[in-house]
Amino acid sequence: MSAQSPQLHPVEATATTEQISEDARRAAEEARVGWERFEQLIAEDKRVEPRDWMPNNYRKTLVRQVSQHAHSEIIGMQPEGNWITRAPSLKRKAVLMAKVQDEAGHGLYLYSAAETLGTPRDELYEQLYTGKAKYSSIFNYPARTWADIGAIGWLVDGAAITNQVPLCRASYGPYGRAMVRICKEESFHQRQGWEILYTLSHGTQAQKQMAQDAVDRFYGPALQMFGPPDDESPNSKQSMAWNIKRFSNDDLRQRFVDMIVPQAEALGLTLPDPELKWNDERGHYDYGDLDWDEFFSVVKGNGPLNHQRLAHYRAARDEGAWVREAAAAYAAKQQQAAHDAALLTA
Amino acid sequence: MTETAQQTEQIPAGGVIAADPAERSLWPLWEVFVRSSRGLSHVHAGSLHAPDASMALRNARDLYTRRNEGTSIWVVPAAEIAASDPDSKGGYFESAQGKAYRHATYYTQSEGVPHL
Repeated sequence: MSAQSPQLHPVEATATTEQISEDARRAAEEARVGWERFEQLIAEDKRVEPRDWMPNNYRKTLVRQVSQHAHSEIIGMQPEGNWITRAPSLKRKAVLMAKVQDEAGHGLYLYSAAETLGTPRDELYEQLYTGKAKYSSIFNYPARTWADIGAIGWLVDGAAITNQVPLCRASYGPYGRAMVRICKEESFHQRQGWEILYTLSHGTQAQKQMAQDAVDRFYGPALQMFGPPDDESPNSKQSMAWNIKRFSNDDLRQRFVDMIVPQAEALGLTLPDPELKWNDERGHYDYGDLDWDEFFSVVKGNGPLNHQRLAHYRAARDEGAWVREAAAAYAAKQQQAAHDAALLTA
Repeated sequence: MTETAQQTEQIPAGGVIAADPAERSLWPLWEVFVRSSRGLSHVHAGSLHAPDASMALRNARDLYTRRNEGTSIWVVPAAEIAASDPDSKGGYFESAQGKAYRHATYYTQSEGVPHL
């Protein structure tokens, strides 16, 4: 249920028993039994819960994936947070604030889930703070115009939902539960984004052009949110074997493309891909190659805003430190006062 | 709107890595239980960090009930929860196994008899 629950320290199942003490022998036996139970849970497509024995690599993979996901939600507040003061109406402002608050919430649900795997919250924050952890590359692109807020909602959140719906069935219980909660809330994000674009594309010619430009900018990066092509995604196979990931990167990308083509038509906007066309034989839309050199360059830190995003996160964390410290000091003081009062009346 | 539309993002620059990460306060973990409506039990919703119970409640409200999900919230320090050991699963819950007679479906003679 929580990270405070005593965590088992999984030993590799391959540990040999010869040279070692009773303790080690027992640990090896525990690991053997644990491993069998784990394998069985996965084979039966059941859920693994925090205090279950799990292989080290399963734990590591999940901590990495879930915390990266959490970091993405937290950094993802920035491009939109920037537009709260410039949203074109009070209604749009209220909507945007609700959305940004949701992103914060999603980050916190996911940090909670990651924490159940035994990595303390502060350590997770630290990994983002020091730049050791990654987050989704999409947030290293700027939101240049109000239309970009629409494109982010429609395409970025849309891609996120496509990716996240199957994660609701991820084999690790707390991750799946967090995803259920997140998916319920995300659909509002996507619709409000689509509606921003719809309003713009039915406005003046300049507004329609702004909407088209935003879609042109975000189409490629949104498609890349599913990760590299299957043959260049070495970890996918293991994640799928563990029932963390249910569909391959390319399958999810295809599903997304198939969904957004009619949605773009309904907007009266075009998707910036000359090779995009229906393939009757496959029953899917074909789409052109994506710029993977750019993708890997952004992942490596050379995107338009990598530095700025992290700097802003650090500044916010540093500037809020005194609030967290004051709250902790106040809580300690109150606790002491309650303790003293109890002694006096005893 | 077109005037401001082309503005690029303005984010304060700066931010340095704090010298000692341990200086950042660590708030304890709380488990959150939400009652979705009157007549139902509180159900575990998730967890959060907060310095004390009243902050934990406020944060739980903001985090887990942004869309009318609750009419009441409990927060419990995670460290105070006693839990059964998942590894003793077999033995610990064994006494319920093989006792099908505790369920109504065990009794079949009354099939077809109304209201039974």
